[in-house]
Amino acid sequence: MNRSVLIGVLVFGLVVYGSSCNKEDDGNDVEFRVPSNFPSPTYNFTSNPVTKAGFELGRKLFYDPLLSRDNTISCGSCHIQTSAFTHHGHGLSHGIDDLLGKRNSPPVMNMAWSETFFWDGGVHNLDLVTPNPIENPVEMDLNFSVALDKVRNNLDYKKMFKAAFGSEEVTSAKFLQAMSQFMNMLVSANSRYDKYVRGEGETLTSDEVEGLNLFKQKCSSCHSTDLFTDNEFHNNGLSLAFADSGRYNITLNPSDMGKFKTPSLRNIEKTKPYMHNGSIGSLESVLNHYASGVKQSATLDPLLQQNGQLGIPMTEDEKAKIILFLKTLTDTDFLTDRRFAEF
Amino acid sequence: MKNMKKIFAAAILFTAILSTSSCKKDKDDLTGTGPVTIEFDNRFGDGPLNFGTAYTNQNGEEVTLNLFNYYVSNFVLLKEDGTEYIVPKDECYHLVRHDVTATHSLTINNVPAGEYTKVKFIIGVDSLKSTSDASQRTGDLDVATNGDMYWMWNSGYIFMKMEGTSPSSTEIGNIFNYHIGLYGGYATPTINNLKSVTLSVTDDKIIVGKERAPEVHVYTDAKEVFGSPNPLFVSASAVIMGSPASVNVAANYADMFKLDHVHND
Repeated sequence: MNRSVLIGVLVFGLVVYGSSCNKEDDGNDVEFRVPSNFPSPTYNFTSNPVTKAGFELGRKLFYDPLLSRDNTISCGSCHIQTSAFTHHGHGLSHGIDDLLGKRNSPPVMNMAWSETFFWDGGVHNLDLVTPNPIENPVEMDLNFSVALDKVRNNLDYKKMFKAAFGSEEVTSAKFLQAMSQFMNMLVSANSRYDKYVRGEGETLTSDEVEGLNLFKQKCSSCHSTDLFTDNEFHNNGLSLAFADSGRYNITLNPSDMGKFKTPSLRNIEKTKPYMHNGSIGSLESVLNHYASGVKQSATLDPLLQQNGQLGIPMTEDEKAKIILFLKTLTDTDFLTDRRFAEF
Repeated sequence: MKNMKKIFAAAILFTAILSTSSCKKDKDDLTGTGPVTIEFDNRFGDGPLNFGTAYTNQNGEEVTLNLFNYYVSNFVLLKEDGTEYIVPKDECYHLVRHDVTATHSLTINNVPAGEYTKVKFIIGVDSLKSTSDASQRTGDLDVATNGDMYWMWNSGYIFMKMEGTSPSSTEIGNIFNYHIGLYGGYATPTINNLKSVTLSVTDDKIIVGKERAPEVHVYTDAKEVFGSPNPLFVSASAVIMGSPASVNVAANYADMFKLDHVHND
């Protein structure tokens, strides 16, 4: 009995090993892995494991403008790989008919670890993220059920749904699961910083190390863990009057007025402009904001008003070193990974 | 010879009918399991609800409805002695859409035989289901096909949606929209508009058995949405969605259901 189980495990191991080997050979390895410096993912992979066919279906959907009312806008229009799946250079993104959104397009990366989604955290499950931009009148402006019908009427998709889920039938659950499979694979964990903390032979310069230490002292309360976010909501003192109520829209709790989710800082060099409204154009200006631009309001984060002083005290030298450190979070492998690209 | 055969067949058929019908009246048949159908008859006050008809509500305002949907779920059937049958959750997330007659009733299968006197359910979709992944969003919970009974941006089902027009409305087109949801929040507590309803039979009982198919008729009075305890004036609040005022509307519709009668055929 024991022996046959052992043999079974060995054979299974060989099959898994063999198949992943083959995938690596053709540059199409599709397997979700947890980087050793990351916590456990929050996504429930039991009900939706990543498969190669599911991932490829998700990728095709991600880049397909079919999902917009006039077939002009895809998810990839505002989430561009070379900018860590943000909309490079756009404070606010323009969607269908060149209409502007009200928030800065957030990066699509390390989604499997996210506890909530969007700047206000209104969505709790990655599976339920996709219908938002599809239905938003200033993004893709298409009723989700109509989007599904358009997919249903496309022969290529029939084959891909069959390959991914065993039947040609297009359901909203399968559609959403395929999207999640693609997004879950968008893991960024191979920056110089990652290789440095994992002891993979990478070194940081002394200025970068100093920047890392300063970062830990001054920034890591909110930008915590190697995901560089606490997944919480804060008012970081951008304004006195809240043009966008942020988290309050979800909780209706006055203490959440003007709070937004802490964004990760991974690939931050590539995701400008910054903040929920894209109002700050450079990392230097971001640090200037925290050092001397923080504005007092009722819900301002307590960490930004310690000892009777607004903001986080930083010298010019400290700011420069923190920026040097932040640039070690750029993950070129992720930004250029062929598996994630449209073509 | 031919005639004999016919008579014989008729006799067999007759006996069969007799034995089934006598079985139904016999308490001994209350074994095994059987179905219970619950039909929601939408009303406005004393009569059936019709879209496009102008009604006067209890606040003296004229209202004409053109949409009325609500979720019912988490059904429990209770016997007189207090024993209960909790219907497996996934079998009974049900969306009633007034414009789709087929949605007005739901059938609960495999109910243990017996005489039931109460029906309990929730108006809305519980928090666990409201935060579940895509694999669980099927049937009436499919966000693509549930008639926009879901808030995409603030993940959660809309529990009750009523739309219409009223000369009292100050909105463009004299419309009113009441979209009530919010299940209490995921990590951070928010408004919880889930309402539990317990309906009791009056004269009848709901008799369940393997050869029975009782039909429970529940009257849903849409007029109650405007009623007590929080009189809802279209003139003052023509649009209520995910705001604190939604609590008042949910408190009103919490008692819009009444178990009117049971057909124990």
